[in-house]
Amino acid sequence: MIMAYVRPVSRYGWYLKRRSYTVHMLQEITSFFIAIFALILLWGIAAVAGGPESYQAFLTSLTSPGMVLLLWVLTIVMFYHAYAWFSVTPKAMVIQKGEDFVPGGAIAGAHYGIWAVLTLVVLFLAGVF
Amino acid sequence: MSEIKLELDILRYDPEKDQEPYFQSYPVSCQEDWMVLDAINHVKDHVDTTISYRWSCHMAVCGSCGMVIDGEPKLACKAPVREYANRKIKVEPLANFPIERDLVVVQDDFMEKLKRVKPYIIRKEEKSIEEGEYKQSPAELMKYKQYTLCINCLCCYAACPQYALIPEFIGPAALSMAHRYNQDSRDQGLAERHKVVSTPEGVWECSFDGDCSDACPKHVDPASALQQLKIATTVQWYQELIGMGGK
Repeated sequence: MIMAYVRPVSRYGWYLKRRSYTVHMLQEITSFFIAIFALILLWGIAAVAGGPESYQAFLTSLTSPGMVLLLWVLTIVMFYHAYAWFSVTPKAMVIQKGEDFVPGGAIAGAHYGIWAVLTLVVLFLAGVF
Repeated sequence: MSEIKLELDILRYDPEKDQEPYFQSYPVSCQEDWMVLDAINHVKDHVDTTISYRWSCHMAVCGSCGMVIDGEPKLACKAPVREYANRKIKVEPLANFPIERDLVVVQDDFMEKLKRVKPYIIRKEEKSIEEGEYKQSPAELMKYKQYTLCINCLCCYAACPQYALIPEFIGPAALSMAHRYNQDSRDQGLAERHKVVSTPEGVWECSFDGDCSDACPKHVDPASALQQLKIATTVQWYQELIGMGGK
Protein backbone atom coordinates (compact mmCIF):
# COMPACT_ATOMS: atom_id res chain seq x y z
CA MET A 1 0.00 0.00 0.00
CA ILE A 2 1.32 3.43 -0.95
CA MET A 3 1.62 5.77 2.02
CA ALA A 4 1.02 9.49 1.72
CA TYR A 5 3.45 11.60 3.72
CA VAL A 6 1.91 13.76 6.44
CA ARG A 7 4.11 16.73 7.26
CA PRO A 8 4.47 17.36 10.97
CA VAL A 9 2.86 20.55 12.30
CA SER A 10 4.39 22.26 15.30
CA ARG A 11 1.88 23.52 17.83
CA TYR A 12 4.46 26.02 19.03
CA GLY A 13 5.96 28.88 17.10
CA TRP A 14 3.80 28.34 13.99
CA TYR A 15 2.76 31.99 14.17
CA LEU A 16 6.34 33.05 13.45
CA LYS A 17 6.37 31.28 10.07
CA ARG A 18 4.41 33.97 8.24
CA ARG A 19 4.25 37.68 8.95
CA SER A 20 0.46 37.66 8.63
CA TYR A 21 0.20 34.93 11.31
CA THR A 22 2.40 36.97 13.65
CA VAL A 23 0.34 40.13 13.12
CA HIS A 24 -2.84 38.13 13.70
CA MET A 25 -1.52 36.72 16.96
CA LEU A 26 -0.49 40.20 18.10
CA GLN A 27 -4.05 41.33 17.45
CA GLU A 28 -5.37 38.39 19.44
CA ILE A 29 -3.00 39.14 22.34
CA THR A 30 -4.39 42.69 22.60
CA SER A 31 -7.54 41.06 24.02
CA PHE A 32 -5.65 40.33 27.26
CA PHE A 33 -4.90 44.04 27.59
CA ILE A 34 -8.57 44.84 26.99
CA ALA A 35 -9.44 42.35 29.74
CA ILE A 36 -7.03 44.10 32.15
CA PHE A 37 -8.64 47.46 31.35
CA ALA A 38 -12.11 45.95 31.91
CA LEU A 39 -10.98 44.69 35.34
CA ILE A 40 -9.73 48.18 36.25
CA LEU A 41 -13.09 49.57 35.14
CA LEU A 42 -14.92 47.01 37.30
CA TRP A 43 -12.65 47.91 40.20
CA GLY A 44 -13.68 51.56 39.68
CA ILE A 45 -17.39 50.68 39.63
CA ALA A 46 -16.98 48.66 42.82
CA ALA A 47 -15.19 51.65 44.37
CA VAL A 48 -18.10 53.95 43.43
CA ALA A 49 -20.50 51.50 45.03
CA GLY A 50 -18.35 51.53 48.17
CA GLY A 51 -18.89 55.25 48.76
CA PRO A 52 -16.90 58.51 48.33
CA GLU A 53 -13.91 57.36 50.37
CA SER A 54 -13.35 54.15 48.47
CA TYR A 55 -13.80 56.02 45.18
CA GLN A 56 -11.20 58.59 46.26
CA ALA A 57 -8.83 55.78 47.21
CA PHE A 58 -9.38 54.24 43.77
CA LEU A 59 -8.59 57.58 42.07
CA THR A 60 -5.46 57.99 44.18
CA SER A 61 -4.23 54.52 43.32
CA LEU A 62 -4.60 55.35 39.61
CA THR A 63 -2.04 58.15 39.99
CA SER A 64 0.86 55.95 41.11
CA PRO A 65 3.71 55.92 38.52
CA GLY A 66 3.30 52.21 37.84
CA MET A 67 -0.43 52.60 37.27
CA VAL A 68 0.03 55.64 35.01
CA LEU A 69 2.50 53.66 32.92
CA LEU A 70 0.09 50.70 32.76
CA LEU A 71 -2.80 52.95 31.71
CA TRP A 72 -0.69 54.47 28.92
CA VAL A 73 0.28 51.02 27.67
CA LEU A 74 -3.37 49.92 27.84
CA THR A 75 -4.51 53.02 25.95
CA ILE A 76 -2.01 52.51 23.13
CA VAL A 77 -2.82 48.80 22.85
CA MET A 78 -6.55 49.58 22.88
CA PHE A 79 -6.13 51.97 19.97
CA TYR A 80 -4.34 49.24 18.05
CA HIS A 81 -7.03 46.72 19.04
CA ALA A 82 -9.76 49.08 17.79
CA TYR A 83 -7.86 49.80 14.57
CA ALA A 84 -7.26 46.09 13.91
CA TRP A 85 -10.89 45.08 14.38
CA PHE A 86 -12.46 48.12 12.77
CA SER A 87 -10.33 47.37 9.70
CA VAL A 88 -11.94 43.96 9.28
CA THR A 89 -15.53 44.96 10.06
CA PRO A 90 -16.40 45.18 6.34
CA LYS A 91 -15.80 41.42 6.07
CA ALA A 92 -18.39 40.60 8.71
CA MET A 93 -20.74 43.47 7.91
CA VAL A 94 -21.63 43.18 4.26
CA ILE A 95 -24.27 45.73 3.31
CA GLN A 96 -25.85 45.38 -0.11
CA LYS A 97 -27.67 48.25 -1.81
CA GLY A 98 -29.32 47.02 -4.97
CA GLU A 99 -26.69 45.29 -7.06
CA ASP A 100 -23.80 47.06 -5.30
CA PHE A 101 -22.19 46.76 -1.90
CA VAL A 102 -21.42 49.59 0.50
CA PRO A 103 -17.62 50.12 0.23
CA GLY A 104 -15.57 48.63 3.06
CA GLY A 105 -13.99 52.02 3.79
CA ALA A 106 -17.41 53.51 4.52
CA ILE A 107 -18.28 50.69 6.95
CA ALA A 108 -14.96 50.91 8.82
CA GLY A 109 -15.19 54.74 8.71
CA ALA A 110 -18.66 54.62 10.27
CA HIS A 111 -17.21 52.65 13.18
CA TYR A 112 -14.53 55.30 13.74
CA GLY A 113 -17.25 57.98 13.54
CA ILE A 114 -19.45 56.23 16.12
CA TRP A 115 -16.39 55.72 18.33
CA ALA A 116 -15.59 59.44 18.18
CA VAL A 117 -19.20 60.45 18.95
CA LEU A 118 -19.42 58.04 21.91
CA THR A 119 -16.09 59.34 23.25
CA LEU A 120 -17.41 62.89 23.11
CA VAL A 121 -20.63 61.84 24.87
CA VAL A 122 -18.66 60.13 27.65
CA LEU A 123 -16.35 63.14 28.04
CA PHE A 124 -19.40 65.41 28.15
CA LEU A 125 -21.09 63.26 30.81
CA ALA A 126 -17.81 63.25 32.77
CA GLY A 127 -17.90 67.05 32.78
CA VAL A 128 -14.77 67.59 30.71
CA PHE A 129 -16.64 70.23 28.69
CA MET B 1 12.67 38.27 -25.52
CA SER B 2 15.14 38.26 -22.63
CA GLU B 3 15.75 35.20 -20.50
CA ILE B 4 15.16 34.87 -16.79
CA LYS B 5 17.31 32.55 -14.71
CA LEU B 6 15.50 30.71 -11.99
CA GLU B 7 16.47 27.90 -9.66
CA LEU B 8 13.55 25.75 -8.65
CA ASP B 9 13.96 23.83 -5.41
CA ILE B 10 11.20 21.26 -5.86
CA LEU B 11 10.07 19.10 -2.96
CA ARG B 12 10.29 15.48 -4.04
CA TYR B 13 8.65 12.48 -2.45
CA ASP B 14 8.25 9.00 -3.84
CA PRO B 15 6.13 6.93 -1.44
CA GLU B 16 7.68 3.71 -2.74
CA LYS B 17 11.27 4.83 -2.09
CA ASP B 18 11.47 7.78 0.30
CA GLN B 19 11.03 7.87 4.05
CA GLU B 20 10.44 11.60 3.89
CA PRO B 21 10.42 14.43 1.29
CA TYR B 22 13.58 16.21 0.18
CA PHE B 23 14.36 19.18 -2.06
CA GLN B 24 15.85 18.71 -5.52
CA SER B 25 17.27 21.70 -7.33
CA TYR B 26 16.65 22.50 -11.01
CA PRO B 27 18.19 25.57 -12.69
CA VAL B 28 15.89 26.79 -15.46
CA SER B 29 16.32 29.42 -18.19
CA CYS B 30 12.86 30.88 -18.55
CA GLN B 31 11.31 33.12 -21.14
CA GLU B 32 10.21 36.44 -19.73
CA ASP B 33 6.47 35.76 -20.05
CA TRP B 34 6.57 32.30 -18.44
CA MET B 35 4.68 31.34 -15.35
CA VAL B 36 6.20 29.06 -12.72
CA LEU B 37 4.06 26.27 -14.22
CA ASP B 38 5.89 26.74 -17.54
CA ALA B 39 9.20 26.41 -15.72
CA ILE B 40 8.05 23.18 -14.04
CA ASN B 41 6.74 21.88 -17.37
CA HIS B 42 10.14 22.67 -18.90
CA VAL B 43 11.88 20.63 -16.21
CA LYS B 44 9.40 17.76 -16.70
CA ASP B 45 9.82 17.80 -20.50
CA HIS B 46 13.57 18.32 -20.77
CA VAL B 47 15.34 17.59 -17.48
CA ASP B 48 13.52 15.16 -15.19
CA THR B 49 10.45 13.29 -16.38
CA THR B 50 9.79 11.77 -12.95
CA ILE B 51 8.37 14.92 -11.36
CA SER B 52 4.67 14.59 -10.49
CA TYR B 53 2.28 17.55 -10.25
CA ARG B 54 -1.24 18.44 -11.27
CA TRP B 55 -2.15 20.93 -13.94
CA SER B 56 -4.65 21.25 -16.73
CA CYS B 57 -5.94 24.55 -18.09
CA HIS B 58 -3.00 26.96 -17.65
CA MET B 59 -5.48 29.83 -17.27
CA ALA B 60 -6.47 29.90 -13.58
CA VAL B 61 -9.77 28.16 -14.22
CA CYS B 62 -9.33 24.49 -13.33
CA GLY B 63 -7.66 24.99 -9.95
CA SER B 64 -5.35 21.99 -10.41
CA CYS B 65 -1.93 23.61 -10.07
CA GLY B 66 -2.23 25.00 -6.54
CA MET B 67 1.15 24.71 -4.80
CA VAL B 68 3.33 26.64 -2.37
CA ILE B 69 5.71 28.85 -4.33
CA ASP B 70 8.36 30.75 -2.42
CA GLY B 71 6.36 30.18 0.77
CA GLU B 72 3.01 31.38 -0.58
CA PRO B 73 0.11 29.21 -1.72
CA LYS B 74 -0.51 30.08 -5.38
CA LEU B 75 -1.64 28.74 -8.70
CA ALA B 76 1.57 27.90 -10.56
CA CYS B 77 -0.11 29.05 -13.80
CA LYS B 78 -0.70 32.50 -12.29
CA ALA B 79 2.75 33.06 -10.77
CA PRO B 80 4.98 34.96 -13.26
CA VAL B 81 8.63 33.89 -13.19
CA ARG B 82 9.71 37.55 -13.51
CA GLU B 83 8.61 38.01 -9.88
CA TYR B 84 11.35 35.57 -8.87
CA ALA B 85 13.99 36.57 -11.44
CA ASN B 86 17.54 35.34 -10.72
CA ARG B 87 16.47 33.70 -7.51
CA LYS B 88 16.29 30.28 -5.97
CA ILE B 89 12.70 29.51 -4.95
CA LYS B 90 11.14 26.61 -3.14
CA VAL B 91 8.26 24.87 -4.86
CA GLU B 92 6.31 22.69 -2.44
CA PRO B 93 2.99 20.84 -2.45
CA LEU B 94 0.05 22.63 -0.81
CA ALA B 95 0.64 22.87 2.93
CA ASN B 96 -1.69 21.09 5.37
CA PHE B 97 -2.43 18.17 3.04
CA PRO B 98 -0.69 14.77 2.95
CA ILE B 99 1.78 14.43 0.08
CA GLU B 100 0.83 11.69 -2.37
CA ARG B 101 3.87 12.16 -4.59
CA ASP B 102 6.14 15.18 -5.21
CA LEU B 103 3.80 18.18 -5.67
CA VAL B 104 0.61 16.12 -5.64
CA VAL B 105 -1.43 16.18 -2.44
CA VAL B 106 -4.23 13.94 -1.18
CA GLN B 107 -7.44 15.97 -1.42
CA ASP B 108 -9.83 13.41 0.10
CA ASP B 109 -10.31 15.37 3.32
CA PHE B 110 -11.53 18.44 1.44
CA MET B 111 -13.78 16.39 -0.84
CA GLU B 112 -15.46 14.78 2.16
CA LYS B 113 -15.94 18.17 3.85
CA LEU B 114 -17.30 19.76 0.69
CA LYS B 115 -19.90 17.00 0.45
CA ARG B 116 -20.85 17.51 4.08
CA VAL B 117 -21.90 21.17 3.58
CA LYS B 118 -24.34 20.15 0.80
CA PRO B 119 -23.07 22.47 -1.94
CA TYR B 120 -26.18 22.38 -4.09
CA ILE B 121 -29.63 23.96 -4.11
CA ILE B 122 -31.97 22.31 -1.63
CA ARG B 123 -35.71 22.78 -2.08
CA LYS B 124 -38.29 21.76 0.50
CA GLU B 125 -40.69 21.39 -2.37
CA GLU B 126 -39.84 21.49 -6.06
CA LYS B 127 -41.96 23.66 -8.34
CA SER B 128 -43.74 21.85 -11.12
CA ILE B 129 -42.74 22.66 -14.70
CA GLU B 130 -46.13 24.36 -15.17
CA GLU B 131 -45.31 26.79 -12.37
CA GLY B 132 -42.37 28.07 -14.38
CA GLU B 133 -38.73 28.79 -13.67
CA TYR B 134 -37.11 30.02 -10.47
CA LYS B 135 -36.57 33.69 -11.17
CA GLN B 136 -33.69 35.62 -9.65
CA SER B 137 -32.99 39.34 -9.85
CA PRO B 138 -29.48 40.72 -10.55
CA ALA B 139 -29.37 41.96 -6.93
CA GLU B 140 -30.16 38.46 -5.65
CA LEU B 141 -27.43 37.05 -7.88
CA MET B 142 -24.90 39.56 -6.54
CA LYS B 143 -25.47 38.27 -3.00
CA TYR B 144 -23.50 35.12 -3.76
CA LYS B 145 -21.86 35.64 -7.16
CA GLN B 146 -18.28 36.05 -5.90
CA TYR B 147 -18.45 32.68 -4.14
CA THR B 148 -19.32 30.92 -7.41
CA LEU B 149 -15.84 31.90 -8.63
CA CYS B 150 -14.17 29.41 -6.26
CA ILE B 151 -12.23 26.83 -8.28
CA ASN B 152 -11.40 24.51 -5.34
CA CYS B 153 -7.66 25.05 -5.80
CA LEU B 154 -7.23 24.67 -2.00
CA CYS B 155 -4.79 27.59 -1.70
CA CYS B 156 -7.00 28.89 1.13
CA TYR B 157 -6.55 25.63 3.07
CA ALA B 158 -2.78 25.82 2.61
CA ALA B 159 -2.84 29.38 4.00
CA CYS B 160 -5.16 28.67 6.94
CA PRO B 161 -3.35 28.33 10.29
CA GLN B 162 -6.44 26.85 11.92
CA TYR B 163 -6.71 24.02 9.38
CA ALA B 164 -3.03 23.28 10.01
CA LEU B 165 -3.57 23.01 13.75
CA ILE B 166 -7.08 21.51 13.76
CA PRO B 167 -7.49 19.17 10.75
CA GLU B 168 -11.15 18.58 11.69
CA PHE B 169 -11.92 22.21 10.77
CA ILE B 170 -14.20 22.19 7.73
CA GLY B 171 -12.17 25.06 6.34
CA PRO B 172 -12.54 28.13 4.13
CA ALA B 173 -13.56 26.85 0.67
CA ALA B 174 -16.16 24.32 1.84
CA LEU B 175 -17.72 26.76 4.32
CA SER B 176 -17.74 29.50 1.66
CA MET B 177 -19.65 27.13 -0.56
CA ALA B 178 -22.20 26.60 2.24
CA HIS B 179 -22.56 30.38 2.45
CA ARG B 180 -22.89 30.62 -1.33
CA TYR B 181 -25.95 28.34 -1.33
CA ASN B 182 -27.41 29.87 1.83
CA GLN B 183 -27.36 33.24 0.06
CA ASP B 184 -29.06 31.88 -3.06
CA SER B 185 -32.69 33.03 -3.22
CA ARG B 186 -33.70 29.69 -4.80
CA ASP B 187 -32.31 27.67 -1.90
CA GLN B 188 -34.15 26.50 1.22
CA GLY B 189 -31.42 24.46 2.84
CA LEU B 190 -29.95 26.92 5.34
CA ALA B 191 -31.17 25.04 8.43
CA GLU B 192 -29.85 21.75 7.04
CA ARG B 193 -26.42 23.26 6.27
CA HIS B 194 -26.22 25.01 9.61
CA LYS B 195 -26.32 21.62 11.34
CA VAL B 196 -22.82 21.16 9.86
CA VAL B 197 -21.65 24.77 9.74
CA SER B 198 -22.41 25.58 13.39
CA THR B 199 -20.68 22.51 14.85
CA PRO B 200 -17.38 22.94 16.76
CA GLU B 201 -15.39 22.00 13.63
CA GLY B 202 -17.49 24.41 11.56
CA VAL B 203 -17.24 28.20 11.49
CA TRP B 204 -16.33 28.52 15.14
CA GLU B 205 -12.85 27.08 14.54
CA CYS B 206 -12.14 30.07 12.27
CA SER B 207 -9.99 32.60 14.12
CA PHE B 208 -10.52 35.25 11.40
CA ASP B 209 -6.89 35.35 10.43
CA GLY B 210 -7.83 36.38 6.88
CA ASP B 211 -4.97 34.58 5.10
CA CYS B 212 -7.51 32.49 3.17
CA SER B 213 -8.83 35.57 1.37
CA ASP B 214 -5.33 36.91 0.71
CA ALA B 215 -4.30 33.57 -0.82
CA CYS B 216 -7.33 33.21 -3.11
CA PRO B 217 -6.24 33.53 -6.76
CA LYS B 218 -9.83 34.23 -7.82
CA HIS B 219 -10.38 37.06 -5.31
CA VAL B 220 -13.09 35.19 -3.46
CA ASP B 221 -13.33 36.31 0.15
CA PRO B 222 -13.75 33.18 2.32
CA ALA B 223 -12.93 35.14 5.48
CA SER B 224 -15.98 37.31 4.84
CA ALA B 225 -18.18 34.28 4.13
CA LEU B 226 -17.15 32.64 7.40
CA GLN B 227 -17.79 35.76 9.48
CA GLN B 228 -21.21 36.13 7.86
CA LEU B 229 -21.90 32.47 8.62
CA LYS B 230 -20.98 33.06 12.27
CA ILE B 231 -23.60 35.81 12.43
CA ALA B 232 -26.19 33.76 10.51
CA THR B 233 -25.78 30.66 12.71
CA THR B 234 -26.02 32.82 15.84
CA VAL B 235 -29.22 34.47 14.56
CA GLN B 236 -30.64 31.05 13.73
CA TRP B 237 -29.76 29.78 17.22
CA TYR B 238 -31.69 32.67 18.78
CA GLN B 239 -34.59 32.17 16.36
CA GLU B 240 -34.83 28.54 17.44
CA LEU B 241 -34.58 29.58 21.08
CA ILE B 242 -37.66 31.77 20.79
CA GLY B 243 -39.47 29.26 18.61
CA MET B 244 -39.10 30.96 15.23
CA GLY B 245 -37.90 28.78 12.37
CA GLY B 246 -35.15 29.77 9.95
CA LYS B 247 -35.00 29.45 6.14
